[in-house]
Amino acid sequence: MAATKPPVIRISRVTKSYGQGDSAVHALRGPSAPGTGEPLGVSLDIEEGDYVAVMGSSGSGKSTLMNILGCLDVPTSGRYLLDGTDVGHLDEGRLSLVRNRKIGFIFQSFNLVPRTTALAQVELPLAYAGVRAAERRRRALAALELVGLADRAGHKPNELSGGQQQRVAVARALVTAPAMLLADEPTGNLDSRSTAEVLAIIDRLNAAGRTVVVITHEDEVALHAKRVLRLVDGAIVDDVRRAPVDGPPPALAAEVPA
Amino acid sequence: MILWQMIRFAVGGLVANKVRSALTMLGVLIGVASVILLLAVGNGSSEAVKASITSLGTNALTVSSNAGRGSATAAKALTVADAKALATDADATSIKSVAPVVTTTGTALYGNISYQPGSIVGTYPAYFETSNLRIKDGDYFSNDDVLNSRKVAVIGATTAKQLFDTEEPVGKRITIGGTPFTVVGVLTAKGSTGFNDPDDVVIAPLPTVQNAFTGFGSVNQIMVQAASAEATTEAQSDITRILMGTHAITDATKVDFRISSQTSLLTARESTTKTFTVLLGAVAAISLLVGGIGITNIMLVTVTERTREIGIRKALGAPRGVILGQFLTESTLLSVTGAGLGVAAGLIGSHFTIVGIEPVVIPESVLGAFGIAVAIGLFFGSYPASRAASLRPIEALRHE
Ligand SMILES: Nc1ncnc2c1ncn2[C@@H]1O[C@H](COP(=O)(O)OP(=O)(O)OP(=O)(O)O)[C@@H](O)[C@H]1O
Ligand SMILES: [Mg+2]
Repeated sequence: MAATKPPVIRISRVTKSYGQGDSAVHALRGPSAPGTGEPLGVSLDIEEGDYVAVMGSSGSGKSTLMNILGCLDVPTSGRYLLDGTDVGHLDEGRLSLVRNRKIGFIFQSFNLVPRTTALAQVELPLAYAGVRAAERRRRALAALELVGLADRAGHKPNELSGGQQQRVAVARALVTAPAMLLADEPTGNLDSRSTAEVLAIIDRLNAAGRTVVVITHEDEVALHAKRVLRLVDGAIVDDVRRAPVDGPPPALAAEVPA
Repeated sequence: MILWQMIRFAVGGLVANKVRSALTMLGVLIGVASVILLLAVGNGSSEAVKASITSLGTNALTVSSNAGRGSATAAKALTVADAKALATDADATSIKSVAPVVTTTGTALYGNISYQPGSIVGTYPAYFETSNLRIKDGDYFSNDDVLNSRKVAVIGATTAKQLFDTEEPVGKRITIGGTPFTVVGVLTAKGSTGFNDPDDVVIAPLPTVQNAFTGFGSVNQIMVQAASAEATTEAQSDITRILMGTHAITDATKVDFRISSQTSLLTARESTTKTFTVLLGAVAAISLLVGGIGITNIMLVTVTERTREIGIRKALGAPRGVILGQFLTESTLLSVTGAGLGVAAGLIGSHFTIVGIEPVVIPESVLGAFGIAVAIGLFFGSYPASRAASLRPIEALRHE
């Protein structure tokens, strides 16, 4: 039954290169064509409810891939179908709707709005969605509560520790209850306890049916995913399924044996 | 809803950058205020010149004879009869009043004090109004005094000071060239204009002075007051027409008299103040320009510095319009508040006397300065913002 559902994300033969000519950097290239050595591009399907970890060494193109999945950047070539629609054909207005409603994005470098309180940060996506002030506040506080920062709601980014900033970014990404959570090293700046907390939150979101893509360097984080991709020099070299798409994430399954 | 949201974001953005917001507003404020003030000072000084022209009597025309000025033809001198002809001509509606004037010099005595006033003038009472002379103490002499050749005199402030010092001159008797005069009035001081002191005079009825000093021949000048400042040109041609009749001259190019107006003496001074105003205007324009560059600069820096922030907002799903709206509202608030405060400062400043000049605000300068400042703020606030808002989120985020 799940197999008949169209994938929520489908990219086909996507490449991304920076610069021109000889000095061009192929951040995403996929396998090379056997004869000519031309990059064929990355192709990838992600099904709804999946929990994918993307691993790879620094500079292997993980963030580049993630930015394209999050509609923050456009590929140099190839197609990206999100829920069956070709993102390349959407205009600015529709793209901002997609970013606002469908995708929760956690940046590698937090990207909080400077000089703005944690509560206001988390309220931002709701404000752009047109949610009323009282409702917005309630939901933002709930999201902060979820990441354990309810008591820091009035603090600005420069008054928060790195880990706390990361958790504000997590709260901001999940406050709109997006169908897709894209996280670029969400635990890169956290100690093991905070890491466990954030991963637990992501596990629960996935158990609730949301599609999750996480970039990580740590095997410990990858253990939470149902599927692990490995990137080397802009190409997927390894794709391992660790748990079924429609089951609970492995970490939860281990905790609560069915 | 979304509009309200935009205003909230804008206010939030301004409050989050208090110092920068305050500095931008200060720049706009100074630019606008200095334009208003400088133009008000220039305007004030030219108003002052206009007022001083009026105080000298714009309606006054002086007719003097060319006789004795070395002209080849025998020019006829001006007489009381000429003055009567001017005063009684039925067609000359542009002429309000006429006063023949004789001038002489002599030594005045009061008790044992002897003083030589700048001039002794014999004329009609109309002279006082035409020359814009005001009485301070006592009264002018009357037409009756003229008809009866009474030995009365009105003296200028300087003469009064020299002869009487602290004593009250009105009612006292002075002797000029052996003739006793009763002082009936003292004039309000006009203040010296440089070469001669208009307050150093003794003014007496025309026949009295003619009888005592000059004899009943010609008069030196005829003072004519035109009906209004606009009527001076008409009065000038009326005078020419009438005097050509009395002097039996047919060729208008060979008249034996000259007509001069007070205004002509002051045109030179007026043009000086015009130059001054233009100069101040230029300085004001430069300061508005500098102020404008200041706004531009800060707006550019603000937006460039906040390109990352724009990237974050876009990544969270902010539509381009909302981001633009936020920055447009921010720069509107900044420039309108700054320009508004500048107008207030300019208006308050114009209540003070600056380097001896009472500034007079030009309403157009207020509107103009305000409008230009707001327009510059809006343009340079929205243009870089619209550029940044058009970037892909990741480009904006990568912006250094
Ligand atoms: N804007 C850019 N211009 C030029 N080259 C770029 C740009 N962005 C990324 N690259 C290059 O593309 C390659 C992939 O970068 P990417 O950010 O995807 O790496 P990553 O896998 O996320 O690495 P990390 O684990 O360090 O975050 C790198 O070699 C990088 O130098
Ligand atoms: Mg990265």
